Amino acid sequence: MAPSFLFSQFMGGFTTAMFLFLIASGLSLVFGVMRVINFAHGSFYMLGAYLAWQGVQWLHPRAEAFWLAALFAALGVALLGGIVERLFFRHLYGREELYQLLFTYALVLILGDAAKFLWGTGQLSVSSPPVLAGSVEIFGTAQPLYNLFIMAVGPAIALAGWFVLNRTGVGRLVRAASYDREMLDALGANVGSIYTGMFVFSSFLAGLSGALVTPIQSIVPGMDVLIIVQAFIVVVIGGMGSFWGTFWGSVIYGQVLSFGILIFPGFSLFSVFALMAVILIVRPWGLFGRPI
Amino acid sequence: MTGRRRATLASRIPWTLIVFLAAATVPWIGSRYDTFLASQIVIDALFAVSLNLLLGTTGLVSFGHVAYFGVGAYVCGILMKTYEVPFVLAFPAAGLGAALFALVSGYFCVRLQKLYFAMLTLAFSQIVWAIAYKWNDVTGGDQGLPEIPYPDLDWMSAIPGFGDLRIGDRFYLLTLVLVALSIAALRIITRSPFGRMLTTIRDNPERAAFIGLNVRAYQLAAFVVAGAFAGLAGALYGLFSRGVFADYVFWSKSAEVIIMTILGGMDYFWGPPVGALALVWLNQQITAYTEYWPFVLGAILLVLLFAFTGGIVGGIVAGFRFARYRLARRDA
Repeated sequence: MAPSFLFSQFMGGFTTAMFLFLIASGLSLVFGVMRVINFAHGSFYMLGAYLAWQGVQWLHPRAEAFWLAALFAALGVALLGGIVERLFFRHLYGREELYQLLFTYALVLILGDAAKFLWGTGQLSVSSPPVLAGSVEIFGTAQPLYNLFIMAVGPAIALAGWFVLNRTGVGRLVRAASYDREMLDALGANVGSIYTGMFVFSSFLAGLSGALVTPIQSIVPGMDVLIIVQAFIVVVIGGMGSFWGTFWGSVIYGQVLSFGILIFPGFSLFSVFALMAVILIVRPWGLFGRPI
Repeated sequence: MTGRRRATLASRIPWTLIVFLAAATVPWIGSRYDTFLASQIVIDALFAVSLNLLLGTTGLVSFGHVAYFGVGAYVCGILMKTYEVPFVLAFPAAGLGAALFALVSGYFCVRLQKLYFAMLTLAFSQIVWAIAYKWNDVTGGDQGLPEIPYPDLDWMSAIPGFGDLRIGDRFYLLTLVLVALSIAALRIITRSPFGRMLTTIRDNPERAAFIGLNVRAYQLAAFVVAGAFAGLAGALYGLFSRGVFADYVFWSKSAEVIIMTILGGMDYFWGPPVGALALVWLNQQITAYTEYWPFVLGAILLVLLFAFTGGIVGGIVAGFRFARYRLARRDA
């Protein structure tokens, strides 16, 4: 195989990986701190995509329409996440996991239909922002500028997340909450606000990633339940609750999918789910997580 | 006193027999559409009861129970369509195939706790989905496996009164009998010493291990039994809907059967069948008015989670207890 072909395959896998990292990082944070698997994270992502489309329609002729729409989508979804956490989710923290899982699944059902009601069932699409239209040539392969932008955004968010979690006071509180909620509560920290903040931030990331995916993928109903299982795979590979783990988990996922297609055509879907199962069997806490 | 006497009177009525007989009259007194709905209810009831052996009895939250349903549906469908195996052999083979897959996957699943258990069951069910979706030669891939033949039910004509029944009605009656036998078997298993042990494990796994139970072995046994009966339900469903498609195995179907179980009440053996009845009926009522059934289902789920955790049967039991309490107070 030609090196340029392998390179473009690698770049394709890396773009997928950075998208998934944007989505899965929020999922992983919520799991790490709140010990909740949030099925609705995929729905927040889908709403982000629809809101971005809506924003672009409103702001259409302007050059910066896409960026404003993306910000609008991320903030809108963050607001929704905050409302959901304050009104409903916080009443379920003491309950069994089953009820928490089912609550997030109820959100999947409700938000999925709400999106169908508001935006219909057809495909919608958004074009790349003018600055990032076009492509550059690297090693004899054409790489769209927009993909390169996403490849930069992923690591930037990972670094920012690492910095906030490990080098700031807020991050210390968040880490403390993930170790021992009761102790932190007893020490006088406002754990309720930390949880709300985490949920809002995680929803913000979901909304942002949904908005950023629109120039590459068309917006369709059902994108929520498809993306959430992929995000689960990534989070499981890296280790549920581990931020860097999620980053490397997405990189591994992207490459397995990208090269799996070459080795076993048609069975790349199988190989990523098999990878998820093997990791859960051998190291349930993931490649980079810590045992709980 | 009166309350207690009434309870014994009510418990002497053979409710299960009455329900079974009432269900058996559907082909004669109902329309073709009623038989269609009844078939769906009966098959869903078995699927939900099999799940509840894990969820309610053993306390294992499986988010991939549809995998075993799907394996059963594909095994029965492939045997009957591709290899022309008669139903008498294909049906038990479906249960056996699902049980084998449950044994292999469950061996790993029961080693994990709570959320990790849920995630691994989800992963296994998505593996089944990926295989069903892509293995074109065997499963038909995304085209599925349409036009599975009905089993040969001509022998039913020999029974008086069955002569002019349509094939769909006959298949419904066969389904009803097979499901009733399966649910009876699950009832016996749940009430057996083995079933009691499962409940002990649910309530306090550490204590169960301390008194010498092999917790994982019991959980695995429950997993295999639940998988086998889900496989039987899947086999019937494939024949009922005249085809098996990869969509049947997608993970969201596992969530739907959990909702069914919770709606009926997972703390009661008869909760899941009631949930199946209620959900199929509601679906039929609501889809007549609006296409937004998932929205309604989500809203029902919210009500269940925040206000009504016992489900329908739990609500009825609580209502009876309250009435009896009021009666006792008045008598005193």
